[in-house]
Amino acid sequence: MNDRLAGIRQEILSGIEQHAESRAAAFELRKQFLDSKTGKIGRMMKEMKNIAPEERAVFGKSINELKEWAQQKFSELDERLKAKELERRYESEKIDVTMPAQCVETGNLHPVTQIRNQLMDIFVGMGFEVAQTREIEKDYYNFEALNIPKDHPARDMQDTFYLSPEFLLATQTSAAQIHTMEKKKPPIKIVAAPGKVFRSDDDATHSPMFHQMEGLVVDERITLCDLKGMLELFAKKIFGEETTTRLRPSYFPFTEPSVEVDVSCFSCGGKGCRLCKGTGWIELLGAGIVNRKVLENCGIDPDRYSGLAFGIGLDRAAMLKYGVNNVKLLFESDLRVLRQINDN
Amino acid sequence: MLVPLSWLKEYVDIDITPQELEKKLFSCGFEVEELMEVGKEISGVAVGLVEECEPIPDTHLHVCKVNAGEHGTFQICCGADNVKAGGKFPVALVGAMVYMTAKDHKTVEGTMTIKKGKLRGYESQGMLCSGVELGVSENMFPGAGYNGLLALPEDAPVGADVKPLLGMDDWIFDISITANRPDCQSILGIAREVAAVLDKELKEPSLEYHETEVQKEGFSVTVDAPDLCPRYIGHYVYDVKIGESPLWMKRRLALVGQDSISNIVDITNYVLLEMGQPMHAFDCDYLEGNAIHVRRAGENEKLVTLDSQEYTLNNSNLVICDGVKLVALAGVMGGLNSEIRDTTGEVLFESARFMRDNIRRTSRALGKRTDASARYEKGVDEYTTVHAMKRALHLVEELGCGKVSRTHVDVNTGNSIEPRQMMVSVKRVNDVLGIEVPGNEILRILRNLHFAPSIEGDQLTLQVPAYREDMDSYPDVAEEVIRMYGYDHVVPTFMPAARVTMGGLDQKLKKEMKLKRALCGAGAYECIHYSFISPSDLDLLRLPQDAPERKIIRLLNPINEELSLMRTTLAASMLNAIARNQKKGNLEGRLFEMGNVFLPQELPLKDYPDERNTLCIGIFGEKESFYTLKGMAERVAETLFVQFSYEPVQKPFLHPYQAAAILWEGKEIGYLGKAAYEVEESLDLRTDAYILELDLKALEPAYDRGASYTPLSRFPGESRDLALVMDREVTCGQVEEIMKKSCSHIGSIRLFDVYEGEQIPQDKRSMAFTVGFVPGEEPFEPDSVDRFVKKILKNLKNQLDIDLRS
Repeated sequence: MNDRLAGIRQEILSGIEQHAESRAAAFELRKQFLDSKTGKIGRMMKEMKNIAPEERAVFGKSINELKEWAQQKFSELDERLKAKELERRYESEKIDVTMPAQCVETGNLHPVTQIRNQLMDIFVGMGFEVAQTREIEKDYYNFEALNIPKDHPARDMQDTFYLSPEFLLATQTSAAQIHTMEKKKPPIKIVAAPGKVFRSDDDATHSPMFHQMEGLVVDERITLCDLKGMLELFAKKIFGEETTTRLRPSYFPFTEPSVEVDVSCFSCGGKGCRLCKGTGWIELLGAGIVNRKVLENCGIDPDRYSGLAFGIGLDRAAMLKYGVNNVKLLFESDLRVLRQINDN
Repeated sequence: MLVPLSWLKEYVDIDITPQELEKKLFSCGFEVEELMEVGKEISGVAVGLVEECEPIPDTHLHVCKVNAGEHGTFQICCGADNVKAGGKFPVALVGAMVYMTAKDHKTVEGTMTIKKGKLRGYESQGMLCSGVELGVSENMFPGAGYNGLLALPEDAPVGADVKPLLGMDDWIFDISITANRPDCQSILGIAREVAAVLDKELKEPSLEYHETEVQKEGFSVTVDAPDLCPRYIGHYVYDVKIGESPLWMKRRLALVGQDSISNIVDITNYVLLEMGQPMHAFDCDYLEGNAIHVRRAGENEKLVTLDSQEYTLNNSNLVICDGVKLVALAGVMGGLNSEIRDTTGEVLFESARFMRDNIRRTSRALGKRTDASARYEKGVDEYTTVHAMKRALHLVEELGCGKVSRTHVDVNTGNSIEPRQMMVSVKRVNDVLGIEVPGNEILRILRNLHFAPSIEGDQLTLQVPAYREDMDSYPDVAEEVIRMYGYDHVVPTFMPAARVTMGGLDQKLKKEMKLKRALCGAGAYECIHYSFISPSDLDLLRLPQDAPERKIIRLLNPINEELSLMRTTLAASMLNAIARNQKKGNLEGRLFEMGNVFLPQELPLKDYPDERNTLCIGIFGEKESFYTLKGMAERVAETLFVQFSYEPVQKPFLHPYQAAAILWEGKEIGYLGKAAYEVEESLDLRTDAYILELDLKALEPAYDRGASYTPLSRFPGESRDLALVMDREVTCGQVEEIMKKSCSHIGSIRLFDVYEGEQIPQDKRSMAFTVGFVPGEEPFEPDSVDRFVKKILKNLKNQLDIDLRS
């Protein structure tokens, strides 16, 4: 009896050694011993009834030990084979990780949209609403109401495209000031978008269409210091915390006083470089205290309220921020350009 | 405007460097566009005394011994005909920089560095120079125009730098003047600002002259158009001796690029530059009728101007006439018929104010811009008109080129040239600035600007000079104060007094941005194209003459024909962008643009046109098809929580069988399709392009829709695959519509196969769908879905004769 058990034990050991090729072969081998009906151990279990009752307990125990031992052996074998198979599978799936990536291409917003969004985020955070601009404007809104009467030389500053004696292509987003103040009363805080504007100027550095963002604040006691404070905060957010701003006198008919706002050159930090033409400063926007006449034109009492306004060239800001060296590139839709600017 | 430093110094003691002055001007509102050093390119040239001068045999050359004082004595060969022993000439020492001239000795061809050389065996250690080689003209220094050596005065100190001697140690400021300061369009105007910013006194030029007893009997001036000419001053000058102007005047004119013509003409030009007042001098011999009339021109009246150009005028042009004929185009240019000549003996000087708008229009209409018209366009004030005449008469006396008569005619509309009183509140001035400028500073600044200020309590009283027409109210005063006080005094604050406002984007902007981002997510790049297109773009789209897209707004003054129409479709710009990309080797890609089309109610425009926000998508490349583009349309629909339907459509620029109209709630709001091959051919496309255009404005009513959750069914759904056989004309859309109408439990219909071929009848097509059924509140009965399918199949059979494929 014990010999038989030892024999099976031996058979299993040598079987495992010989057939340990694949999990399928191992499974077949297992069946030969452990299948409850046809397996050698299974069959021995059936012999139980032929065994003398007093020996049955010992017999049964021995068989069970053998069975557990065999199960243990076969599961170890299976583990081994499984590991081996996995290893082979991994090996067969070896790839060259330096081969090109497969991407799902994601597009980009236009550089001007990217800049506009960044500016809007900042100003919205300061409590600004966003107003809409028109591309086709009436002379009244583009000029007259902004204190630029028909004979004003400032009209020459902006070569205007006319569509009729009354209608023209907006030369500046400032018309949004008037539209806003006609509809709303102070406190007013708006920026205006999308800000397509047009001037009859087409050369290496000028595009006949470009983009501005207009800002307007009207409330009681708004001062030049507020203008500086607000725009300085804005410049730091866009160009970095170390950015400083400088106001210098300028002229726009719709603001008085009028200023140009320069920011310290973010390329050289103000030491002077090619970008800032050696001056350490970069011209960023025009601004000023809203002209009393403009407030009056919109039915806002200039003795009670004052305002500040500013206009930022978005194309220029995008070019500065992303180092685009030619304004025309912004409107040519060359994918090689658009793919590079993903500051979305 | 060009301002020579030496001229400026006539009116102000300037004791700072040109670079420091540039900064001062910049800080008070006058940007110096360029600061030019006059003799910048010349260096190392000294006064040389020729001590010996021997001809070199058989040549035109001389070998000279030149004493250059402290620099030494050098042997120099020279080919000029006026070289002589004892003469003093500019000597360019070895290492000096001078201009190189062409063979004619007149044309400058860049600069050169002087090196030691040998001529005909004679060593030459430098070069004796002509005026041209130093960049000095006859008007800058007498003798400099001679085609030979520039002979220096006998008292020139040997060895000294020639630059100061020749007036080359000067600087020219090119200053940009803002439109609110026409009074600064002159050297004197700038000098006033410089004096103010430097806290210096302004030395005004002399306006004194002496009238004789002589009169021009019966002479009269009439102004028929006082609205265009509020002031006209004429003064008669006799015993005129036409000749050259003095060197100082010629030099100043030369420094700003103005040729010297003759003393009388130079005086008019000089006064224009110095005071900003255009002036004119008529030769009285050619004035007929002893009168001047200022009037609007008649229709088709003609005038030949000083530059021999003939102009045909009309009622909007202002002209100056004598008793008989036109003699000048007011404010622009004088007439050839009354030009100052060498023989001129009597002159009528004109100093007038013409209104800026009229001069601008005339100048634009005739395409004629002169120094005079440029000044008038920006505005000339009557204070200057009056003073300039005095200045001109002073110069006539100073130059001794004529006698000033008593005939002085001043026609005016009564405008005062006396200072105007202005009272403002000091507090208001400071309120604009947000800082408190000390009272004594305010007074100092305004005094420097000639406003004669005084403060009493809060009241600031100013006497505003008549040339400061820009001064209107307290903000103007605030600006004057702060630009001189310094903008660096402005401290940053953040609206401490303002009320809190709630910021944010409106729904429209939010939705548009969401849509843009969704399209980026679908691999498309946003483009921005010009709002104007070319007439040829409409032809590119093969639009018939009566197409609605051809009802289009035209610019009255386009840059060119290519940019002359306000677009009524975004498709042409997109197709052109695709073509540009393909030309640059980008053979596949996805682009989109969100922009306005402009639809006029009527032409010419009577009201604002409809600016309709529109979306255009353009995709191209081997991987793209009608269906990939349709996928993007569906992405748009999902993003905006709407559902589109599609039906075949014909567009002249699209493939006749691969084009669909996009419908939303039964209304056509766009299209998509493959570009017609004719279009692809005219653009030389190498891969097919597909284009979509969608009227976003029509979708705005859906912009307030938002995401919402439909509870998932608690019970499992089921699906069935149905292979259907139908006539080839039957569309997928028709089949889907019947299915949906047949059963409310359909959750999805997905086409997974289309077959045409041997296994089905010849004129038929098979489409195979997976139809998903979703239970509602109750679970499906065991036979529910079979019943649904039965009903679907029955409806398909009845309505479109569609069978289940066996």
